[in-house]
Amino acid sequence: MRFISKYIHNYKKEAVLAPLCKLFEATLELFIPLIIARMIDKGITSDPANADKIFILKMGLCLVALAATGLVISVTGQFFAAKAATGFAASVRRDLFSHIMGFSYSSQDSIGTDTLITRLTADINRLQSGVNMTLRLLLRSPFVILGAIVMSFTVDVNCAMVLAIVVPLLSVVVVSLVLITLPLYEKNQKKVDALLLSVKESLDGIRVIRAFTLEKENARENTDRNYAVYDASRHAGHISAIQNPLTLLMINIATILLIYKGAIRVDEGILTRGQVVALVNYTSQILVELVKTANMMITLTAAIASGKRVTAILESPVEEPVSRKASPVDGQTPLVSFDNVSFKYHDDSDAAVKNLSFSACKGQLIGIIGSTGCGKTTVANLITGAYKPTSGTVDVSGEIAVVPQKSVLFSGSIADNLKFGDKNASEEKMWSSLSVADAADFVRQKEGGLSYTVTPGGKNFSGGQRQRLCIARALCKPSDILILDDSASALDYATERKLRDNLLNMPDRPLIFWISQRAASIVSADQILVLEDGECAGLGNHETLLKECETYREIYESQN
Amino acid sequence: MNKKTLSKLLKYVSRYKICAAGSLIFSVLSVVCALYLPILNGRAIDCIIEKGSVDLPRIATILIEAAFVIAAGSVFQWIMTLINNRLVFSVVKDIRQDALDVIQRLPLSYADSHSTGDIVSRIITDAEQIGDGLLLGFSQTFTGVMTILGTLVFMLRLNITVTAIVVVITPLSLFVASFIAKNTHKYFTAQSETRGKQTTLINEVISEEKTVQAFNMGGHYIGAFNEINDDLEKTSLKATFYSSLTNPCTRFVNSCIYAAVAAIGALNVISGGMTVGSLTIFLSYAGQYTKPFNEISSVLTELQNAAVCAGRLFELCETPKYTPEEIFTAEEICVASDGYKSHTDAITIKDTKTPRAQSDPVALSGTSGNVGFDNVSFSYTPDKPLIRNLNLNITNGMHVAIVGPTGCGKTTLINLLERFYDVNEGKINLNGQGITEMPYHGLRKHFGMVLQETWIKTGTVRDNICIGKPDATDEEVEKAARAVHAHSFIKRLPHGYDTMLGEGGSVLSAGEAQLLCICRVMIAIPSILILDEATSSIDTRTEHRIQRAFSKMTAGRTSFIIAHRLSTIKNSDLILVMKDGNIIEQGDHNSLMSFGGFYSELYNSQFVLQ
Repeated sequence: MRFISKYIHNYKKEAVLAPLCKLFEATLELFIPLIIARMIDKGITSDPANADKIFILKMGLCLVALAATGLVISVTGQFFAAKAATGFAASVRRDLFSHIMGFSYSSQDSIGTDTLITRLTADINRLQSGVNMTLRLLLRSPFVILGAIVMSFTVDVNCAMVLAIVVPLLSVVVVSLVLITLPLYEKNQKKVDALLLSVKESLDGIRVIRAFTLEKENARENTDRNYAVYDASRHAGHISAIQNPLTLLMINIATILLIYKGAIRVDEGILTRGQVVALVNYTSQILVELVKTANMMITLTAAIASGKRVTAILESPVEEPVSRKASPVDGQTPLVSFDNVSFKYHDDSDAAVKNLSFSACKGQLIGIIGSTGCGKTTVANLITGAYKPTSGTVDVSGEIAVVPQKSVLFSGSIADNLKFGDKNASEEKMWSSLSVADAADFVRQKEGGLSYTVTPGGKNFSGGQRQRLCIARALCKPSDILILDDSASALDYATERKLRDNLLNMPDRPLIFWISQRAASIVSADQILVLEDGECAGLGNHETLLKECETYREIYESQN
Repeated sequence: MNKKTLSKLLKYVSRYKICAAGSLIFSVLSVVCALYLPILNGRAIDCIIEKGSVDLPRIATILIEAAFVIAAGSVFQWIMTLINNRLVFSVVKDIRQDALDVIQRLPLSYADSHSTGDIVSRIITDAEQIGDGLLLGFSQTFTGVMTILGTLVFMLRLNITVTAIVVVITPLSLFVASFIAKNTHKYFTAQSETRGKQTTLINEVISEEKTVQAFNMGGHYIGAFNEINDDLEKTSLKATFYSSLTNPCTRFVNSCIYAAVAAIGALNVISGGMTVGSLTIFLSYAGQYTKPFNEISSVLTELQNAAVCAGRLFELCETPKYTPEEIFTAEEICVASDGYKSHTDAITIKDTKTPRAQSDPVALSGTSGNVGFDNVSFSYTPDKPLIRNLNLNITNGMHVAIVGPTGCGKTTLINLLERFYDVNEGKINLNGQGITEMPYHGLRKHFGMVLQETWIKTGTVRDNICIGKPDATDEEVEKAARAVHAHSFIKRLPHGYDTMLGEGGSVLSAGEAQLLCICRVMIAIPSILILDEATSSIDTRTEHRIQRAFSKMTAGRTSFIIAHRLSTIKNSDLILVMKDGNIIEQGDHNSLMSFGGFYSELYNSQFVLQ
C-alpha cells in the first residue's frame, strides 16, 4: 500500500478529485426516489381532484436536471480516474524497467526473466485497471449503499431497519463467496499454466517425441491437464454460480417485507404511499451497487496480488556496479589479477570456482580450457565483475569487451548491433571489426550491407554468422581486455583459425581471454588456465602443461 | 461472423443438446419470474392508498405469491448458470482436446513453419476466448432477448402511451453506446499497438539483459523504453477515458427515459389511464428494458472476438494430419480401443504401456539394420532443390559418418530416414521394405536418435532419462548415466536423480543437457542409432569416453553419426562427405585421406591451427 501511495503521489489532485466527483454524482442519485415520492404524494395525491400536473412536470424536469449534472460530474470524475490510473501505471513501469536493468547476473539468475516480463506487462496492466476501478467505484458503491440506507432511515426508521439488517447480511454473503471463489480461480489459472507448459513442451520436443514414438504418452499428459483445467474451471464456476441468485433472493425478500411493513405504516397514517415507493426504489439501488461491488472485489484482489508481485521486484536489491580502474600506461602491470578467488552461486552450494590465482598483462593471449561445467564462464563473469568473488580479490583495470557464449543479436540493423559497444563507431571501424571477425564477406553480400535488418534474436543469420557478428560487435568497442567465451564453437576449423590469426595480428591488440573446449585453439597462448571442477588443474604454456598437467594432456590427446 | 466457423462451433455445442435445451428453458423461466415480480409488487402497492384504506389481507396474499416467485426465480437462475457452466466448459474442453490431438499428428513441416508461441496461444488463449464468448452468449443473449420481449408484452398490457415513449427513446441509449464504442475502438487499437511495441522491447532486452549490460546499453534501452512508455501513457489515457464514457452517457439517457416515464406516467395516473402501482412497475421496467440492449451489444463484440479465435483454432484442427493408421502399428491400434472417450478419431489413449520394440538386443535379427537410398531427391521448398538422385546402400552393423559444411543436407538425410519429411522422388528402404509402407511407429522403433538441440521436459532427471523406457529400474538409470559420464554431475545436483528440471527447476548447461539426452538412448538400445551433432556441446575428453560407450553399444548395429569434430568419426566404416545436397566423396578415413579431396582438406584444417 505504501508503494501505491508513493506512485500515486504525482497524481494526488486527480486521485482525490476522481472519487469526490463520483461521490457527488452518487449523492445526486440518492435524491431520485425522494423526487418520485413527492411526485406521487403531491402531484398525483390520493384524491384526483387535488392532482397537480404542473408540479409533476416540474419534478420531471428536476429529474432531467439531476441526470445532466450527474453526467457532467461523472465524466469529469472518469477523466481524473483514467489520468491518475494511467499515469500511475506508467511511472511504475518506468521505475520497474530501469530497476530491472540494474539487476546483477545473480539476481537475473535467481528471479528468472520470464516472470520479470510478466510483471512488467500483465501485472502492471492489472494494477492500472485496479487503480482506475478503485478511484471510480470503491468509494461510490459503498457510499450509495450507505446513503440509501441513511435516506431510508429519514423516510421511516421502522421500515429502514429491514434494510439495516439485510444489507450487512448480504454483504457478508457476497464477500465470503468472493473469498471462497478467488483461490479457486487462482487454482484454475495454475491448471491453465500447467496445460500451457505441456503444450509448449509437446511442440518444442516434437522431433524427440516422435523419434521415441511417445505420441500417446504425450497426448495423455496433455489430455490429463486439459481435463484438470475443465474440472477446476467447473468447480470454481459452480460455486460462484450461487452468488447472483442468492443476492437476488435476499434483496427481493427484503423488498416484499418492506412493502408489507410499509403498508401497515400507511394504514396507521405514519407513512405515505409515495414514501413506500421511495423505500422500494432505495432497495433496488442497493441491489445494483452490491452486484458492482462484488465484481469489483474480484478485479481488486487480482490487482492487489499483482501489486505485491511488482513490489517484490522493486524492493529486491540492485548491486552497485564494480568500479574499474583506468588501464595502466605501462605494459608490465597486470590488467587482470586473481588472488585466491573462490565463488559460490548460493551459500549452500559447492564452490563453482575455488582458490584461483593468476594474472595477465596487456597484449597477452590467455587460454582457459576444461570440461563441460568446470567453471570457465564463471571465471569470465568474475573478470567482468558480473559476479563478485565470495572470497579472495579480483583486480581488473581497463575497459572490457565480451563475446558471450550464446550469440545474441538485437533487432535493428547490423550497424545498430555493431554500435552497441561504441555509439560513435565509424563505418570504417565497423568494417575493420567485421573483417577481423571474418564477417565482412557475408555482410557485404547482404542487401544494404551494414543497414541490413537483423530480426529479433538474429534469427535471419546462421549460428556461425551470428557468432562472428557478436565478435565484431565486441571488437567495435574500444577495450583493453577482450573475452571470448567459447565464441568460436559454431565455426569450422578453417574459419576459426582465420579469426584467431586476425585477432593476434590486430595493431595494439588487447589482452585476450580465449575460453575454449578445443586445445588446438589455444596451443599458442601465453598462458593456459586448465580448470577441473572449479579448481586450477594447471597454469602455464602448452609445452609445460603437456609435460606437467595430467588433465591437459588428456584433453589434448582426446582431440588428436 | 463467418458462417462456417459458427456452424462448426454449433456442432460442438450440439454434443450437449440436453444442456443447451435446459439452458434455454431455465432462462425463459427465470426471465418470466423476474418480470412477473414487479407486477406483483405493483399490485401490492395499488392496495396501499392512504391512512385507513389499506387492504392488508390482499397485500399479504400478493406478497406470499411474490415470495414463491422470488424463490422459483432464484432457483431457475441458479440452475441455468450451472447448466451454462457445464455446457461451455465442456465445449472448450472438447475443442481443446481436438486441437491437442492434432499436435501429435501434425506433419513436421507445419510445426516447423509455425512458431510454438502461435500454436500454444491458439490452444490456450483462443480457446479461453471462445469460452468467455459462449458463456456470455448463453447467459446474456437469450435472457436479454427474452427480457426485452417480455417487458414489451407486460408494458403494452399496462399502458400503451407510456410503452410507446420507452420504445421510442430507448434506441437513443443504444446509439450513444455504439457511437462511443466505435470511437473507442480506434483508441484501443492504438493502445494495443503501443503495448505490443513495448512488449517486444521488453522481451528482447530482458531476456538478453546480460549482453545488454555487458555493453553498457542499459541506459540506451531505458531511454527507448521510456519513449514508448510515455506514448503508452497517452494512448492508454485516451482508451481508458473514452471507454469509461459509456456508463455515464447511457446512464444519462436512461435517467431521461426514467424521468419521462415518471412524469408522463404520473399524468396518466391522474387522468385514470393507470394506477400508481403500474407506475412503479413501469419505473422498474424502464431500467430493465434498456439494460439488455447495452448488454447484447457488448456480447456481440465478445462473440465476434470469440468467432475470430474459433476460426484460428479450427484452422489448426483442420490442418491435413496423419491418420492413426499411418502412425500406429496394427498391434497398437488394438490397444487403442479402450481409454479416454474421444469424439473424433483421436489418438488419445489411456493405455500407454505399448512395448518398445526390440528393447532386448537378442531379439534383433541379423537383417535389422539394412538401409538403402534409391535415387532419392528432396527439397524443402520446390524452388530450392537440395538432395538430388542420392543412392546409398548400408548393410547391418555399419558405422556411417556424415560430414560436410553447414546447410549441405546432413540433417535432411536423417529427416528423411525418420520420415519427419517424405522424399519427393525415389525410395528409402529399411531391411528391403519401403519406409513409406510402414506406419511411423513401426519405422521409428528401429531408431534411437540424439539431436544437437536438446529437449528437456519438465520433470525429474530420472523422468527425463526414462523417456524411452518408462519402466526402467533405478539400477538401469544409473548404469546408463554412468556410461555417458553423467552420473557425477547428476549427483552434484540438489536432489540427485530426483532434481526437478525445466520450468522453475534446475537449469542444466548445454553440455549437461546433451549428456542426459544421450542417456535416454543408452537406456533403450534400438537397432539403428542416429547421432546428429549429439556431442557438440560436450568437451572432447568426456566425448571420448562417451564414444567408447557408444562403440560398445553400437557393436553389430547400424549407426549414423553427424559430427563436425572429425576426430570423433575417424573410425567409421563409411564416411559420407556431403556438399550442397550431394555426396561428393565416400569411403573410410584412410582411403579418403589418400584420395586428397575435400575431406582431407577439412581434416587437415584442424591441425593447421597449431
